[in-house]
Amino acid sequence: MRLVPRPDPVRDPVRFVDQRLGAGSLLRSTLRYVFPDHWSFMLGEIALYAFVMLVATGVFLSLNYVPSDETVTYTGSYAPLQGRTMGAQYESVLRIVFDLPAGNLLRQTHHWAANVFVVAIALHLARICLTGAFRRPRELNYLVGVTMLALALVEGFLGYSLIDDLLSGMGLAIAYSVAGSIPFVGGDLAILFWGGEYPGSSAIWPRMEILHVLLIPVAIGGLLTVHLVQVIRQHHTQFPGGPRGERAVVGTPLWAAYALRSIGLFLIVAGLLLLLGGLVQINPIWLWGPYETALSTNGAQPDWYLGWLIGALRLMPPLEVRFGDYVAVPNPFWGGALYPLVVFGILYLWPWIDKRRWGDRARHETLDRPRDNPRRTASFAALATWVFVILFAGSVDRFAFRTLISYEAQIWFLRGAAIAGPVVAYLVTRRLCEELRARERHPLRGWSGEVVRARDDGGWAAQPEEAPTDEAAGEAAPPR
Amino acid sequence: MSESRLRIALAWIGLRLLRRLRPRRRAQEPPAPRRAEPPDALARETPSTPRAELLVAALLLVGALAAAAFVVLYVVRPDTQLLGLCLGGALVICGIAAAFAGKRVVPQETASEPYEQLADERKVDDVGAIVREAGEGVSRRGMLAAAAGLAGATIGAAAVVPVASLGPAVGDRITATPWRRGRRLVDSEGRPLRPEQITEGTVVLAFPEAADRNTLDAPVMLLRFAPEELEMSAARRAAAPGGVIAYSRICTHASCAVSMYRHPLHPATAPEPALVCPCHFSTFDPRRGGAVLFGPAGRPLPQLPLQVNAAGELVAAGGFIGQVGPSYAGERETEA
Ligand code: HEM
Ligand code: FES
Repeated sequence: MRLVPRPDPVRDPVRFVDQRLGAGSLLRSTLRYVFPDHWSFMLGEIALYAFVMLVATGVFLSLNYVPSDETVTYTGSYAPLQGRTMGAQYESVLRIVFDLPAGNLLRQTHHWAANVFVVAIALHLARICLTGAFRRPRELNYLVGVTMLALALVEGFLGYSLIDDLLSGMGLAIAYSVAGSIPFVGGDLAILFWGGEYPGSSAIWPRMEILHVLLIPVAIGGLLTVHLVQVIRQHHTQFPGGPRGERAVVGTPLWAAYALRSIGLFLIVAGLLLLLGGLVQINPIWLWGPYETALSTNGAQPDWYLGWLIGALRLMPPLEVRFGDYVAVPNPFWGGALYPLVVFGILYLWPWIDKRRWGDRARHETLDRPRDNPRRTASFAALATWVFVILFAGSVDRFAFRTLISYEAQIWFLRGAAIAGPVVAYLVTRRLCEELRARERHPLRGWSGEVVRARDDGGWAAQPEEAPTDEAAGEAAPPR
Repeated sequence: MSESRLRIALAWIGLRLLRRLRPRRRAQEPPAPRRAEPPDALARETPSTPRAELLVAALLLVGALAAAAFVVLYVVRPDTQLLGLCLGGALVICGIAAAFAGKRVVPQETASEPYEQLADERKVDDVGAIVREAGEGVSRRGMLAAAAGLAGATIGAAAVVPVASLGPAVGDRITATPWRRGRRLVDSEGRPLRPEQITEGTVVLAFPEAADRNTLDAPVMLLRFAPEELEMSAARRAAAPGGVIAYSRICTHASCAVSMYRHPLHPATAPEPALVCPCHFSTFDPRRGGAVLFGPAGRPLPQLPLQVNAAGELVAAGGFIGQVGPSYAGERETEA
């Protein structure tokens, strides 16, 4: 008989924690926490993991970045710029790129991660909006999510503005002008934040740095925690069918299968971002040189997630509101401030618009498929079309050089498309959803055409359609 | 390390791993059943096979090698591409191993967990009652609330006001420019510019002599047209001696440098000459006082009046006609 119990590498540490925090039941329920299985649920996770990579690479960058515009002469190892005078901030980024081992890998990975982060959030948001996951009881978490998206856009812009290369200077000049265009307060606001007329006082550099490396990441991190705690409290939504209903969530428990899959997803996301960062050049700041107010370059494109703002600024006709010599609304306000405010306003109100429209205030744990609610899906398609037509307008100059279709003609076409596109998208999507719902067929899976056979008399006849199989019809009962 | 030694080392590692990975199920005791919690699994299977386990181990091994290669490369040859390939590859391969293990090695379970009943009307009532209890025996609630509101608002204002210390007020800083009557125009090397240097079909960038260049008010562009081509007021034309005319370099839309010049080479078909901003393609007409031809800019490009001094150099004849740079909401603009 043993008097001393055998050491147990699992139970002992759990006991240690449990004796001190009484956390045993929390640990137990965490390990058994159930995740529904659907690919679209990975989008939020991908955003989370891209954020982890942003923080990891960002810490490295922030420890080497110098937030100062003090003039220095470049003596680093990149020959074309040697001897050139530039700001200390630009010089510090050149040092990260050329003179720190793995510096450019981590910088480019950071930039790629920012792009992937916003893609993942946008797709995650699309899945939430299209499936009705925002309905009661998840409205608060929806608001948290939209706020994170807005913060992510600002954060990305600040990130590449910190460098003071030619592109960041051009972007900041536009941001300054948009800030200056906000009715009544704009002029004072822009001068206040920049510490003077653009390019502003030296104070702008530490201000932007603190926002980018501290305030906004901490805000996103805090919201992320709130977001995930709410998800755990409310559990995930799920697509209905079989045992999956309104009462219980069905899926894979966290331990061990889901944990391993999720760790796998994290490593794959992180690895792909590093592969991109190592192999695919992004924002080659050494090619642009330092910014001066008198310089700009043709064909400059911001990161994709800001393209919609550039596009809106470009499409806007030269409209300003003036009373005599008093400037009420300068032009950049429409495209640079009002347009994103309207888009985000719609996104913020989405759950309440939806409640109004359907008079549906009930609690929902199961999701609609996009086709189940054709008008909701069509509305989202219209909003997305509005944003993406305008995003495309952000790069028509590139398109004009490729196709030699005149720039002005394209702008006029896109002005029309920005208005007509959403209407068309609404009608087409609604029809598509109704058809899909009527036939109960998956758009990507299986045959959905008609069989046409030659008749004996030489004409053609469509085979009569087969009735949908029981399996397809039983998958989910189309509501209403 | 010589090649043969390397081979021996690898073989040894391989052998050790193989030995560890040989399935040894006999030795395993079944896990003790859970005690406190009823089993909630709807379905459970244990899919692991020796092959799957070996594959996971092999993937992890390859991942480990790639990660080790990253460390070595970091020291001997920190090349961005190779570093990215090694570390990214290591993570992707290990990620595939983990995901595969999550699907094919550990037990696969489908479990169910009830959604919690979140709302409870009794608790809502209780919270309401508890909050209200604070008012018991207090007679002048309105007065207290008003006083507290006032204190809160003023403290809030006191907390916000220091934001104004971030920067100066608008006003002079925007309207003041370095351009004065008689100030010479110099090129980017600081050499004075003469009218002969400005030829038709080109744009010459110029700055005020002995002033900060990196501001919105400083840089201007010089162009030359035949004087009769300039369709503008007599005063403006007089400010373009011999057809040499100067405009602010900064776009009146959103402060970018107007760095493109559309100069028609085949006048019959090509559009008119224009100054074009690469940011949102505001297009300005240099022969008509910088008027907007296309694009979002709401104001013409400001013209800088020029003179030729006694030494035959270009100098400013005064400040800009029109306000330089973007418009600011809530400001008064000096008129063109
Ligand atoms: C910083 C960016 C974000 C991260 C890292 C993130 C992460 C996550 C994760 C990991 C989940 C759980 C799994 C899933 O359903 O995919 C989740 C759920 C959720 N997210 Fe996000 N998210 C972000 C942005 C957003 C945005 C922009 C929205 C707004 C539409 C949003 C709304 C929601 C909602 C409502 C849920 C719960 C829905 C459900 O369980 O089905 N999230 N998020
Ligand atoms: S800044 Fe020149 S067009 Fe917008």
